[in-house]
Amino acid sequence: MAGTLTKASEKTKTKSRKMKKSRRESSLWWMYLPSVLIVVLFIIYPFLDGIRISFTNWNGFSQTYDYIGLDQYKRMFADPDTWLVVKNTLLYGIGSTILQNIAGLGYALLLNHNLKVRSFTRTIIYLPVIISPLIMGYIWYFFFAFQGGALNDIFLLFGKDPINALGNPAVNPYIIVFVNTFQFVGIAMIIYLAGLQSISKDYYEAANIDGATGWQKFKNITIPLLMPSITINMVLNIIGGLKLFDVIVALTNGGPGNASQSMSTFMYNLYFARQDAGYAATQGVLMAIIILIISMAALLYFKRKEVEA
Amino acid sequence: MDQLSSRTKWLLTGLALMITAFHLIPFYILITTSLKKAGDFTSKWAFPSNFDTENFALAWEQANLGNAFINTAIITVFAAVLLIFFGSMAAYALARRTTKLNKYVYMLFVGVMVIPPLTALVPLYRLVVDFGMMNTHLVAILNNVAAFMPLTIFLYAGFIRSTIPKELEEAAKIDGASTLGVFFKIVFPLLKPITATVLIISSVYIWNDYQFAIFFLQDSSVQTLTVALAGFFGQNSSQLNLVAAAALMASLPMVIVFLFLQRYFIEGLAAGSVKG
Repeated sequence: MAGTLTKASEKTKTKSRKMKKSRRESSLWWMYLPSVLIVVLFIIYPFLDGIRISFTNWNGFSQTYDYIGLDQYKRMFADPDTWLVVKNTLLYGIGSTILQNIAGLGYALLLNHNLKVRSFTRTIIYLPVIISPLIMGYIWYFFFAFQGGALNDIFLLFGKDPINALGNPAVNPYIIVFVNTFQFVGIAMIIYLAGLQSISKDYYEAANIDGATGWQKFKNITIPLLMPSITINMVLNIIGGLKLFDVIVALTNGGPGNASQSMSTFMYNLYFARQDAGYAATQGVLMAIIILIISMAALLYFKRKEVEA
Repeated sequence: MDQLSSRTKWLLTGLALMITAFHLIPFYILITTSLKKAGDFTSKWAFPSNFDTENFALAWEQANLGNAFINTAIITVFAAVLLIFFGSMAAYALARRTTKLNKYVYMLFVGVMVIPPLTALVPLYRLVVDFGMMNTHLVAILNNVAAFMPLTIFLYAGFIRSTIPKELEEAAKIDGASTLGVFFKIVFPLLKPITATVLIISSVYIWNDYQFAIFFLQDSSVQTLTVALAGFFGQNSSQLNLVAAAALMASLPMVIVFLFLQRYFIEGLAAGSVKG
């Protein structure tokens, strides 16, 4: 094995030497060939083929299908479910991002003090990050469930009627945002803690000499110098929130009806439950465009802020 | 660190403990639920007076968790090893040789990171069926490797550029070592810190994966923990104590690994975010 690999590398060396005598550097393309192949086969090719399928009426299993032009796109824009699902997806993305950053920054500011309970608190807050989002969804299901849920046990204790929070479309999207935030706030916290610890204490000492208040120091020193951490968190959280899938499956399964469906779960149902593969692919294209635009916009916006700061 | 008055310190400690208690609530409920007998309708907040570990044995058997553990472990280990092997090698070539081709290839990998993997679902499913790879460990391994390859290459390439001195490799080259020899004998051992980060991030994610496992691993013989659990929940949604016991057992291995190797989990993330 080692022998053949060495020979192969010598071959490429002599080959590239022959090809470009003036340049000593070869690309060493054989070192990344396996990685390129696997990414092309499992991501790039299916992604591009998905765009092609979005112009068909394929049902997902038959051998034949027709190209029907833009019909699936017309259908998508006329479908009220599309807008419901896009609205939910944006709520999951933007809502989780706001909550995770506020809570994450708050926790980081608290734990940046030298408290005895610091590492214990940090461990507990971070713990859900390593648990499967599906399982985290089930764990919160035990809390919110209509029958036998821990929340309703409190209601019963005070003689109130139990509530069906997960079955109520006015409430359950917010529960999903909450659970997603609860699960990943630990990542935001750690990134902010690392950011806070990289800020030199000299700034605060200088500000103290000038008699700055706590809020002034936070606004004029902490936040500007924390901008790189804010960028990372915003972009990570928004991409994670827009792609949300597991937590929804565990908590509401998209219901009642399509009330809490995200684009991911909606696509999954179109393909597997309704055998509507062409339309599922069309929804996939819309999802890719939305995620691309929002994550690029977030990245550019916060990067610009970083430069200003 | 900072100078706080002891009163402020006590207040902040109290606040931290309250936050900790809040974050422990769902786990507490999980534990009390998993210990209660089938007909026990007492409050979830009350600890069961007579413990019942029966749930765990029942759930283990009915959800086929033993089998699911083995499947999950096989997929995670092979995917992580392939990611580290091929990812580090690819990143080395891309970071060290800045030819035009390599710049394009690197851009390709970075660009792929913004494609939401689920949008490729419909054709990918067809591809997997056509290749006869449905319900195999192989498809889950390769799919996870593909999903994580761009990030792996990005992390390794950044690390190689910023911390590995070129002189070391050049000295070895003069001694007549091959490119691969130089990479594996000299460079790879120096990549240990970033290898640990890649290993942790990718293993946690692959171990917990549900989105893809549910598509490609529907047969009970190849089910991973998440798929087995979702199926089990579907059949037992009225018996939450069994589901809770299964959920607890399924999360325990990662929790234990995390508690022992916490430092690496948190430091890797912190270091990556400050640099990135």
